[in-house]
Amino acid sequence: MAGAVVETEVVVLGGGPGGYAAAFHAADHGMKVALVDLDTAPGGVCLHRGCIPSKALLHAAKLLNETREANEWGLSFGEPKIDLDRLRGWKNEVVDKLTGGVRELCQRRGVDLIRARGTFKSSQSIALEAVDDSALVPTEIRFEHGIIATGSVPAMPEIFRIGDERVMDSTGGLDLKDVPKKMLVIGGGYIGLEMGTVYAALGSEVTVVEFTDGLLPGADRDLVRPLAKRLEKQFANIHLKSKVDSLEAKPEGIVAHITGEGVEPEQLFDRVLVAVGRRPNSANLGLETTKVKIDEKGFVEVDSSQATADPHLFAIGDIAGEPMLAHKASREAKIAVEVIAGEPAAFDNIAIPAVVFTDPEIAWCGLTENEVKKQKKEVAIVRFPWGASGRALTLNRTEGMTKLLVDPKTERILGVGIVGVGAGELISEGILAVETAAVARDLGDSIHPHPTLTETMMESAEAVFGQATHMYRPKK
Amino acid sequence: MTIEFKIPDLGENVESADVGQVMVAEGDTIEAEQPVLEVETEKAVFEVPCPHAGTVSKIHVSEGDSVSVGTLVLTLEETGSNGTAASAAASAEPEAKKEPEEPAKSEPDTSSAPQPSKADPEAASAKPAQTAAPATTAPSKDQPPAPAGPATRRLARQLGVDLHEITGSGPGGRITQDNVKEFVKNRLANPVGGGTTVAAPPLPDFSQWGEVEHEALNKIAKTSANNLSFAWQTVPHVTQHDLADVTDLEAARRRFVKSHEGAPKITMTVLAVKAVVAALKAYPRFNASIDMSRGELILKRYFHIGVAVDTENGLVVPVIRDCDQKSLLELAAELTDIAGRARARKLGPNDMKGGTFTISNLGGIGGTGFTPIVNYPEVAILGMARSRQEYVPSESGPVARLMLPLSLSYDHRVVNGADGARFIGKVTSLLSEPFQLLTEL
Repeated sequence: MAGAVVETEVVVLGGGPGGYAAAFHAADHGMKVALVDLDTAPGGVCLHRGCIPSKALLHAAKLLNETREANEWGLSFGEPKIDLDRLRGWKNEVVDKLTGGVRELCQRRGVDLIRARGTFKSSQSIALEAVDDSALVPTEIRFEHGIIATGSVPAMPEIFRIGDERVMDSTGGLDLKDVPKKMLVIGGGYIGLEMGTVYAALGSEVTVVEFTDGLLPGADRDLVRPLAKRLEKQFANIHLKSKVDSLEAKPEGIVAHITGEGVEPEQLFDRVLVAVGRRPNSANLGLETTKVKIDEKGFVEVDSSQATADPHLFAIGDIAGEPMLAHKASREAKIAVEVIAGEPAAFDNIAIPAVVFTDPEIAWCGLTENEVKKQKKEVAIVRFPWGASGRALTLNRTEGMTKLLVDPKTERILGVGIVGVGAGELISEGILAVETAAVARDLGDSIHPHPTLTETMMESAEAVFGQATHMYRPKK
Repeated sequence: MTIEFKIPDLGENVESADVGQVMVAEGDTIEAEQPVLEVETEKAVFEVPCPHAGTVSKIHVSEGDSVSVGTLVLTLEETGSNGTAASAAASAEPEAKKEPEEPAKSEPDTSSAPQPSKADPEAASAKPAQTAAPATTAPSKDQPPAPAGPATRRLARQLGVDLHEITGSGPGGRITQDNVKEFVKNRLANPVGGGTTVAAPPLPDFSQWGEVEHEALNKIAKTSANNLSFAWQTVPHVTQHDLADVTDLEAARRRFVKSHEGAPKITMTVLAVKAVVAALKAYPRFNASIDMSRGELILKRYFHIGVAVDTENGLVVPVIRDCDQKSLLELAAELTDIAGRARARKLGPNDMKGGTFTISNLGGIGGTGFTPIVNYPEVAILGMARSRQEYVPSESGPVARLMLPLSLSYDHRVVNGADGARFIGKVTSLLSEPFQLLTEL
């Protein structure tokens, strides 16, 4: 096939959770599909260098923390022995199993999986370049419809690029080379806090530097508070309203120059993790040879049918705009393919859930309290503290809270926010409620299993009408 | 003293209009009732007079703006007002004095004057059908998401329905799939003036195959397109054809026109109006409208005939009222006038309303027959093509006769084929036998 030009109906560039979902959905619609991806197996950042490996490590971290906390209830396991090679190996196994599964699904569906670097030559043609010498790939692929799903990459500001492998991005952090004694995390967003949690549990002294006045900027403050409280104990330092001005490589470590009130201006770390955000991967794709429009942040501009300004090209996932989340990409993949198939699809989702997999977890969907404040909407907000949840007591984790944002006139559930163990799983009921325009009565009158944390959803909904069974509010 | 002039009630069912031309400039001094704006509504262009006199201090609209009742047009400084009077009390007075002459034109709370819309018998039946916005389901940034689940939203998209137009029956106004289906059923039964309910699939980019040019549709074209597609989708059309032997009628018509120079010109269309009225009296179901939601036929006891007029800006159908009560010369005069006004875009919105039957004469252009589309909510339309000499067998051998091809399209829900044949037969025989037409006058 080397040197050959292949033709196909649909080509998907990028094999992440957006790209492979698009390829599968197109194949399921009977289209001839090629999936072009750089990695040895499809999966993208999410499977290889993001969601999946980080969650494997966070699970290990949680277990470590729980064994320590169990001392209080009379359970002692002694100091854990951490075999980093095996832990890394297990994490890699998880990734391999999942990506291998995706590759197999490609085969079964007849998706032509091409490992290559693809660059647009025109609106209907992509030049292909082999990633390693052994692979034989066609030199060009021509298509009727193209779906751009090239995702995003960790942002690495110029000032932190000092050419030292001890300064890592999230990809490097997940490689788990060692457990540094002292670790600096630049950025108090979800990536920084998740990675910081892992390393802290493994034994690192973690310092977080965040530019704004709180962790997880953007998330509702009441959801962040219980997490911040716990992290204050787990992390060595959390410097808010602070900023790392420069990094300096020395034999004994990396010296960080930090500005911030009451912050030691020069601190020495064994490793530094830069987690200041992600950038859409739209450069060097040859998009200038197409009619695709790119905004000033580097996102490909799309409409609600995921169509770009080029009639042959669609864009989905991180490259198509915020929020950069795998589940948004997968949904957009379906829409793009359905539009190609001539169906009247449009991205009209109300609730795109966000989950921070720290401990406790934070999750929300739909309207947030921050948005309510900004838009000055009239919204009723009810909070159910987990101190009143039997299940939370049995887990010894009562710091959680479940919050509903409700339209005061229609009692429609507009948004849900949860902080607490398992919030990432609990949020799905909220998504269903918001997306299907459920009213508080629907949630409050549905029987929830006892004793579970899901009862907090039911009881918050009850609280909309006054009293919840396990929470008494004195009448005003 | 400052006066604000706002867009007055533009007529029945006219919700918005496009500004065609601003006829005054800032600093101009205008007289009361001077036209200040030319607006283009769905089917006509007309001038909007300002009831106040004064100097224009500010113009708030410009060409191409979409305006609706209440849109601020001009700020006027009243001339001659010497500002010394107690301004608060005075400000209301000059306007109030004018109001009795202009009932409900710009004063929102005219108390006793009857609203023109209520006086119009058509208003009641037309009310529930509000002008429909084009179907969209794309979430708008200005509107909160409609209270409906994803499955319902998908259904709405498939049917081309804007969920924001639906009031849901569930708790909190939640829209169910049944609500969407019901809405579509109602809309099909109670069609709205404009707006097709079915969303068109997206067009390909034609420029990929060659050079193209984009021409914006004017309001007349958009309205016609909506009405025609609606009629086409809703009305089960049947078209029947016949030939009328108009040799004698045409000869008589020519003789009359020649000998009555200066009189209104009697055309074949005018004669056809008369013949059609006679046929409508004989077959009242052709002079009706069907109301599917109530399961009834509304038979009209008046005979207002619409005549399609081809203009530079598109097809318009002005209506001649009470054709049964007018002489041929009166009809001829009115048709000449109304067609002239249509071409000059000077028809008012009410000139095009209330028709019970439409005639479309393409004879001046050519053709041997065509299938006209019923002008909904009427039930039938008569198309006239170009008359031509044909040899017709007679006892003394073939004779050349002038034959006029007629095409009658009708709503098959209201009229069956046999009645269709009878109706067109009646029209044909009236045009073929001038004496018979005379007896019907």
